[in-house]
Amino acid sequence: MKNDILGIIVCNMHDDLIPQLTANRTLGSIPFGGRYRMIDFALSNMTNSGIYDVGLVPSKNYQSLMNHVGNGQEWDMSRKNGGLSILPPYAGERGVYRGRMEALYGVREYIKASSAAHVVLSDSDVVANIDLRPVIKQHEESGADITLVYKRSEVFREKKQCAALFFDECGKLLDLYLNPELEGTQNIYLDIAIIKKPLLDELIAECASKDEHSFVHSVLMEKKGVLNIRGYLFDGWCNKLTGLRNYLDASLALLDPAVRKSLFPAERPIYTRVRDEVSAKYGENAKVSETLVTDGCHIDGEVEKSVLFRSATVEKDAKVKGCVLMHNTFVGEGSTLEWVITDKNVVIPAGTHLAGSEKYPLYIPKDTVL
Amino acid sequence: MQKKMIAMLLAGGQGSRLYVLTKDLAKPAVPFGGKYRIIDFPLSNCVNSGIDTVGILTQYEPFELSEYIGNGQPWDLDRMGGGAYVLPPYQRNTGRDWYKGTANAIYQNLRFIERYNPDYVVILSGDHIYKMDYSKMLEVHEEKGAAVTVAALKVPLSEASRFGVIIADEEGYITEFEEKPKNPRSDLASMGIYIFSADKLKKYLTEDEADPTSENDFGKNVLPKMLEAGEKMAVYAFEGYWKDVGTVDSLWEAHMDLLDGSDLNLYEKDWRIYSRNPVMPPHMVSEGAKVTGSMVTEGCEVAGEVEKSVLFAGVTVEKGAEIKESIVMPGAVIKAGAKVLKTIVGEKAVIGENAKVGCGCADAKITLIGPEANVKAEETVEPGAIFGKEAVK
Repeated sequence: MKNDILGIIVCNMHDDLIPQLTANRTLGSIPFGGRYRMIDFALSNMTNSGIYDVGLVPSKNYQSLMNHVGNGQEWDMSRKNGGLSILPPYAGERGVYRGRMEALYGVREYIKASSAAHVVLSDSDVVANIDLRPVIKQHEESGADITLVYKRSEVFREKKQCAALFFDECGKLLDLYLNPELEGTQNIYLDIAIIKKPLLDELIAECASKDEHSFVHSVLMEKKGVLNIRGYLFDGWCNKLTGLRNYLDASLALLDPAVRKSLFPAERPIYTRVRDEVSAKYGENAKVSETLVTDGCHIDGEVEKSVLFRSATVEKDAKVKGCVLMHNTFVGEGSTLEWVITDKNVVIPAGTHLAGSEKYPLYIPKDTVL
Repeated sequence: MQKKMIAMLLAGGQGSRLYVLTKDLAKPAVPFGGKYRIIDFPLSNCVNSGIDTVGILTQYEPFELSEYIGNGQPWDLDRMGGGAYVLPPYQRNTGRDWYKGTANAIYQNLRFIERYNPDYVVILSGDHIYKMDYSKMLEVHEEKGAAVTVAALKVPLSEASRFGVIIADEEGYITEFEEKPKNPRSDLASMGIYIFSADKLKKYLTEDEADPTSENDFGKNVLPKMLEAGEKMAVYAFEGYWKDVGTVDSLWEAHMDLLDGSDLNLYEKDWRIYSRNPVMPPHMVSEGAKVTGSMVTEGCEVAGEVEKSVLFAGVTVEKGAEIKESIVMPGAVIKAGAKVLKTIVGEKAVIGENAKVGCGCADAKITLIGPEANVKAEETVEPGAIFGKEAVK
């Protein structure tokens, strides 16, 4: 019954992958899937796996993140003992962290104070519903020092932040290649790891003393021969954000019933901040097909193969196809949008025609009024 | 801390005219408007009016309602020194009683009121759909120096005989009450919303309790007694949408009003209605689906045709199914090819493949499918029928 796992989510890793969407926010607060933020997946996976002691480590632009997670109550993490802690960097110490080990160094006292036996390290760039309980079980039973969660996939098209893992016959980590030129399906690391806590305390101190900051380089690559590092295959649907095109692809993947089933099973909900919006309203002229629609939307136009966030409006005779319209986007009468991603509060006046391509979506920044 | 005004919400209603919908559920817990339950309206009104302490009096099937209210957090009613409290009847050393009437329910909880020692108490009922700022009503109450202020709605004179009618003088003081009069002399219908000065409430409830002939009802006994005693009683004329959704027809009509949006508009951001939210993903409208003139919410999967209807959370509409002018409550499943016309479908009911429920004709009666009822494939349910979980009545 007693829980001895601590969760640490580093929110700003990989911000540079989608500079457009992270101009004013952390990667963790990028809106995704109509009503969620990226961080919701990492947080909900912790909640659904019985991990209620979670530290969030942002480095910059974290106002929207703090606003979103609040006291953690939506994830059942508003607790007297433990619960959610937001751990912003101490000003003046090292500033913005360069890598995961440096981020952890900044919160070393928080980690040290925990009585947990193991720590789950996670980023906020993965969209997946992962039950961490079997991962923890395997980690404990195998006696591994570190267990890395990976998926089977080809090397990312963008060749960014893509670590391919190789294991020996006994399942121990042999090697790790970053962004390799490899054909075919590989074991791609999801930046989710379970590590023995005393070991983590040691590694944090060691990396700091050598001015090293990367978990992948200084721990996984460096110590693969010394430590017992193993892997856990996650075989559900998942997406690691790698860029704007990938963001569109992943958003539209939600239109597939099998993907929704894997991502939103009834027994492991993805929690998010509740906004008390009214139901979505469809007008007499609405024509909607293959689209995910969120509460508060008003649709009187034509929408196809798209994801509509809270309170998006599509007026009469407007046509929207292959788009992601974020919170409060307004599409005026008779406008056409194809392969467009609009950020929050974008206003597209009547009669405007915008088109990107399926392979190169057009992004319109937050608060833009055309 | 002393409070200016607290609310006491009468949520004991059995709602017998909603038949199967309220068989295992108190009326205030009946789903409404896609995301809400009826009780969300008075609760949200309280919070939006600046009231932070609400006693909720229950006795009929209280479990779901208590679970729903929980710690009051969805309404911002998880407060220190206040908040939402569910108050079922309880045993005391003088004996135990069910709530005998509306006045007796409050009488039995006078100790709860005294604990917060408010200047005023607003008495509400849990079965009406409306948006009202009780703080404005309190202004009138204070201005008039009244012992009690009764909220009233102007109704067409022809309909006034269905209500408790208030006759008031030019200055807005009540001179007479008439309970469902044949020939109404006023078009002011009582909404069952009262603001009492706390001392007067205590006085008259104690007197009412001591009177063995009383039915312990505010409208029938307490208010007429106060009038008799010469207390100052004011009327607060409310303007806006107000509907008692205590019957199958009125529940259906209120949803049609909601779709129409001109009288009942929930999209106004300055008076939000709060509710306990199910944790579900956005809803999906698949290829080949057609949704028009409707409201749809989280967790729905729509592959069929939906017209002029309200779908609650987690409703499934399979391919080729057709839903018109209907209300489909949480978790219900409408299977392929089924037709659902002018019908209220209860929570988690299943309408089988190609079944036909109700009729879309202008004069057709509203059909009611109970919670968890199972209409078999190819089955026909006649318009106006009440189809329960166990057997067709």
